[in-house]
Amino acid sequence: MKRRSLPYLLIAPAVIFLVVLFFIPLVQTIALAFETKSGLGIGNFARMADDLNFHDSLVNTFRFVGLAVPLQLAAAMGMAMMLRHLGRGRDLVLWIWTIPLGLSDLAAGLVWLALLNDRGYLASLLYALGVVSEPQSWLTYETPIALFVAVVIAEFWRATAIVVVILVAGLQLVPKEFGEAASVFGASPWRIFTRVTLPLMKPSIQSALILRTVLAFEAFAVVIAIGGRNFPVLVSEAYTWQNFNQEPSVAAAYAVVVMVLSLAATVLWLKLLRTPEEQRA
Amino acid sequence: MKRRSVLALSGALLAGALAANPARAADLIFTSGALAPVTEAQKMRTVILKDFKSPVTFLPDEPPAMLTRLRAEVEGKARVSSLVGGNDGDLAVLAASGALVPIDDVAQQLASRGFAPDLMTMGKLGTDKQLYIPWMQATYFMVANKKALPYLPAGADINALTFEQLRQWGEAVQKATGKRLVGFPAGPNGLMHRFFQGFLLPSYTGGVVSTFKSADAEKAWTEFAALWKTVTPNSTSINFMQESLLSDDVWIGFDHVARLLGALEKRPDDFVAFPAPAGPKGRGWMPVVVGLGVLKDAPDPAGAKALIGYLTQDSTQLITAREVGFFPTVKATLPPDLSPGLKMAVAAIQGTGAAKDSLAAMLPGGLGPKGGEFNKVFIDTFQRVVLRNEPAHDVLARQAEVLQRIMTEANAPCWKPDPVGAGACQVK
Amino acid sequence: MTGKRALYLTGVAVICAWVLVPLWLLAANALGGQPVISAWPKPLIPSAFSFETMLEFLAIEGVFRAMLIGFEVALLCTFFSVLLGLPAGYALARYSFRGANAFRLMVLLTRAFPVGILALPLTVGFIRLGLYDTPLGIALMHTALALPFAVLVSASLFQAIPRELEEAAWVFGCSPLQAALRVVMPLALPGVSAVAIFAFVISWNEVFAASVLSARNRTLTAYLLAMLSESPLTYQFAGALLLIVPSVLFIYLVRKRLFAMWGIASR
Repeated sequence: MKRRSLPYLLIAPAVIFLVVLFFIPLVQTIALAFETKSGLGIGNFARMADDLNFHDSLVNTFRFVGLAVPLQLAAAMGMAMMLRHLGRGRDLVLWIWTIPLGLSDLAAGLVWLALLNDRGYLASLLYALGVVSEPQSWLTYETPIALFVAVVIAEFWRATAIVVVILVAGLQLVPKEFGEAASVFGASPWRIFTRVTLPLMKPSIQSALILRTVLAFEAFAVVIAIGGRNFPVLVSEAYTWQNFNQEPSVAAAYAVVVMVLSLAATVLWLKLLRTPEEQRA
Repeated sequence: MKRRSVLALSGALLAGALAANPARAADLIFTSGALAPVTEAQKMRTVILKDFKSPVTFLPDEPPAMLTRLRAEVEGKARVSSLVGGNDGDLAVLAASGALVPIDDVAQQLASRGFAPDLMTMGKLGTDKQLYIPWMQATYFMVANKKALPYLPAGADINALTFEQLRQWGEAVQKATGKRLVGFPAGPNGLMHRFFQGFLLPSYTGGVVSTFKSADAEKAWTEFAALWKTVTPNSTSINFMQESLLSDDVWIGFDHVARLLGALEKRPDDFVAFPAPAGPKGRGWMPVVVGLGVLKDAPDPAGAKALIGYLTQDSTQLITAREVGFFPTVKATLPPDLSPGLKMAVAAIQGTGAAKDSLAAMLPGGLGPKGGEFNKVFIDTFQRVVLRNEPAHDVLARQAEVLQRIMTEANAPCWKPDPVGAGACQVK
Repeated sequence: MTGKRALYLTGVAVICAWVLVPLWLLAANALGGQPVISAWPKPLIPSAFSFETMLEFLAIEGVFRAMLIGFEVALLCTFFSVLLGLPAGYALARYSFRGANAFRLMVLLTRAFPVGILALPLTVGFIRLGLYDTPLGIALMHTALALPFAVLVSASLFQAIPRELEEAAWVFGCSPLQAALRVVMPLALPGVSAVAIFAFVISWNEVFAASVLSARNRTLTAYLLAMLSESPLTYQFAGALLLIVPSVLFIYLVRKRLFAMWGIASR
């Protein structure tokens, strides 16, 4: 029956495309991660784990993802809901809110570097308010907490827009009437939100979480722009091993770790936010 | 519908871009791992290469990207580049994979230029054939803001400082201003490892690899950790010292000449340049050599060789020095009408080489692809001993094991100032 | 205006400022040059305003051409992403078939692996395919990177569109394809716009694949960012500004599409 093969036909172009352009080199690189001087083995992984920066990069990555993703989801949700009630000027506001989306993470990192470095705008503001009297260093290895917060803020500023766009697109298709009907029956706005809107938005939230988490594991340009080598994360270590230490096999090992973590997170979100068949409209 | 208009637009752009892409294919492609920063590349294209007889496409890149690209050209059997420029280490990597052709004919042709014999020997990369011609050289030194001069320790000659005196100087500045104003390029793209390999360790131990875990080395690291207390914590973000000097974040800075020249040129009256300090065993310093090699299967080997001749002729060498701060490898006298900034740089460099206690430490050689790991040993030691305050003895013992493994695997013989000999260099 | 409404509008305004002020400050740094960057304390309105740095920057050989190539690549990427991603998203949303989750994971793998690490095998592969150093080649790679967005976002959109609408269309004699095109697509248009925006921006901002897979025909981002890491702060800010402006403009141009069908969607 034609229907059964239809989904496979629909995904076929994408699959072929990815296999040719991506999976073949990917497999080669993963193989590289397992290639040691004495045949296949986990030698590279051992070397990776033994390295000075491995532990820090792992912890930093988890802290970063663990803080940035929920923050962004909550904020984006709020922003999407706020947008809904805006009448005139909604296009303009949405455009403004999605501008950070158009920035590469390096550009975003530079923006916040200008704001937060010793002579940056934040320090200047504090000076104008009389709080400090000279340039302040927050972004060095001597102030790891401040550095961490700075990196999270920069990433928050930049990437929340991604989540906003997905949620707004999803929120669009949640009919206002449901909420209106519920309020006629006396439900408070909060209840409408949690009982009506959120469940209907599950597919979008799931997509947003998956994409945002995977990207967060990969974020590193903003980390380097603001923190240099002072805030290692898994991907920045991968690139250091590849480019500075010239050991692509260890870089590949790091990359495999990142990939496994991302996939684990994806599976987690898929399971937690599964939308059963019946609930789909 | 939207898709159709996108299709039409992209089709038009594609046609346009293809049309705007005339026969650049005939250009001589000069791939380079040096002069990658935007300003330097721009000067290369608009000033230095301007007078060459045929069009050259100058493609600079960060060394790792350049090496990857060249390797891919070989594996994909589509050689695009003809001439390659890079530092000794990168060219060694290329030579190890057979990507460079011997250019003894060029060496003979240009023999009258007066290349320094040491440099020509380096260009053989350990073989008996000339694999690269030395193109330009540079080194590292220090620059200080004149505001710091009053705090020099009594009796210290700025052109002959010791590390001890540098520390005292830094402390005096800190005491007077309340700020730490000494700077080192310890950023992600900074050249800090060269400081350890060419300056700190040779000055204290007389060697680099063989003396790595000696008592002298322990002293070096421990005293440097003490010096670091006067260094601005922003150093771990500094890649280009000239910026920090110009913004007064650093008053006393160390870096490669190309990354200091900007400050000297912009405000020559505010700065002084001087050789790096000396330790108990002498004044270590590292000459940096950038060479030119012809690639195997190059589309235009004759053009590449001609370009080598052009770049190493007196006039071009002088223009290169003026524009990008890399100095001649041929016997060319610098004209007297140099800019004040450049004059200071030249004086500092000459002062370094001519110093009575000068101790040249060569660029690590023969490491091939292990060069990166080798550098990592020093950066890791720095992180542990200086930034994390771990005891030097234990750290050095551990790192020495790593170092020995690298040397053995690369089968790299010692280079000056370590005792030169056959077989892999040993850590005593 | 009620107190609540005023509070709400203030909130909107604050968020707008949160986005715009840092950008303004970046522009101030880019247009002010070295004096502004080294200044302390920094005033919010810079005293020096010069286009000198920007002009110097634009005059660098190849920058303008790189902008054109960047546009071309981004448009191609958008086109391919929509072309490949929409049907796949539709399949994921409408049909539960074996391998659906496997397909989802597979698509995500491309994003979960840092693409710059694939440099060497990718470059070799591209040279063999004859795609090295061509805008088309880079666009194809960018499409691979944008596909996860395209597939997942369109899947979530199609999921939220009631199946009954299509079924109703079938009852009225439309073929499944007609139903999909005439009934579902218009409703999904805002989402398609979201996909298009993502694809364009991802391609425009992407640096690693673009640098690795090209030598002479570089996108602007690849051209600039690879060099910027070794450039003085003035050029970094100038380059950042130059990168920001086109993608912001593009989003501005398509913003209407985002809510083109607002009327229909809210029924």
